[in-house]
Amino acid sequence: MHARADQRIRVTLTLNGRERSGYAEPRTQLCDFLRHELGATGTHVGCEHGVCGACTVRVDGRASRSCLMLAVQAEGRRLDTVESLAGEEGLSDLQQAFRRHHALQCGFCTAGILMSCEEFLDCVADPSEAQVRDMLSGHLCRCTGYTGMVLAVLEVARTRCEAAVPDSQQENNDV
Amino acid sequence: MKPAAFDYLRPSSRREACELLHEAGDDARLIAGGQSLMAVLNMRLAQPKRLIDIAGIEDLHYIERRDDHLAVGAGVTQAELLEHPGLAEAVPLLAQAMPWIGHWQTRNRGTVCGSIAHADPSAELPLCLAALGGQVVLENRRGKSRRVMAEDFFQGVLTTDRRQDELITEVRFPLARPGAEYRFREVAMRHGDFAIVALAAVIDSDRLTLGVGGVADRPVAREFVRHADPSEALNALAWSLGAEDDAHATAAYRRQLIRELGLELIAGGPSNEENAHARQG
Repeated sequence: MHARADQRIRVTLTLNGRERSGYAEPRTQLCDFLRHELGATGTHVGCEHGVCGACTVRVDGRASRSCLMLAVQAEGRRLDTVESLAGEEGLSDLQQAFRRHHALQCGFCTAGILMSCEEFLDCVADPSEAQVRDMLSGHLCRCTGYTGMVLAVLEVARTRCEAAVPDSQQENNDV
Repeated sequence: MKPAAFDYLRPSSRREACELLHEAGDDARLIAGGQSLMAVLNMRLAQPKRLIDIAGIEDLHYIERRDDHLAVGAGVTQAELLEHPGLAEAVPLLAQAMPWIGHWQTRNRGTVCGSIAHADPSAELPLCLAALGGQVVLENRRGKSRRVMAEDFFQGVLTTDRRQDELITEVRFPLARPGAEYRFREVAMRHGDFAIVALAAVIDSDRLTLGVGGVADRPVAREFVRHADPSEALNALAWSLGAEDDAHATAAYRRQLIRELGLELIAGGPSNEENAHARQG
């Protein structure tokens, strides 16, 4: 693929389970493509050089900075943003826990933090507080002091673990 | 900010990538994970005319354990290497040092070879490669490859021995030697920030190699004979690196860190607690 600087290239990707496409110049950042071209404004753009983490989305499942990625690099990939979290029943368990623990105030950083936390909880089922804080170190929040987020993530990890246990015991009983 | 405009090229083979590099002269930059380069482009500290994306080259995506080294292809991300089963046993220094690279979210896209190519003097991977005496494998547009020792590869701040039409295809980390111990320490303002001082040690019964990052214009590795009291050797090392004052720390503080952390590292106290945080293979 060879694209000229002024050329607009068609980019097709799977956004929150739906195939979407739009046009991007080579220099268009993924975050701007999501917001301006696809209208997915849930993802926020903060520092634009990979420090603040506000723009974090999941790319093929992995939490990544969408300001440190070009739209053309997302061709054919699976993207999940904060819009994917709430279902028809309302907020997800993680979002509800954030609300309960006052893990957000102005909410600007929250969209990115939730996406990091989701990947983290997929990878580390039973994390320690230190592990949660290490993961959160990739994000800046100027309102909360992070304590509420740590509590929310630990609580969700615990409830998800508990929810998973009866199933596995059931399987064991069947054997 | 937004990057200045550039042509975007996605070659499908190594040879094509090298040809494109040759054609573009000094106007091109290679991008893989982009976790350092994209920030530089966004801030317009670099404004290349062409960006050559090597992520589409299939045969660069491998981690191979060979006779005496672990080979990591240019497509492998830092997270993939960190999760590689047996990393802690094959190259224990990497298992200790890699959780210090940026953050979870940047290790997901940042590549191992990209960090080596970027050659930031305070980065963890160049330091590990230097301390272990590893090699960088480069290939040119004629398909010829050459191997360069880490100490010859890193030539200064963001400056390496890579020639203009060459692509780094893999880096080679020597496997752990039986009986040797590997240790890593870092001090930064916050976990994930650039290192003020990072130390990597390879400790044998009679000698030790100490690598220092964040102080000189490149990672530096020195070998010592082991003494009961290494204070003098550490002090000499601290003064030999041309430490400078900058916004993050004074030269005197950096020298003090080399002396203090060096003693701790050689004595083998409890390792940095943070090392246990990241997911690992």
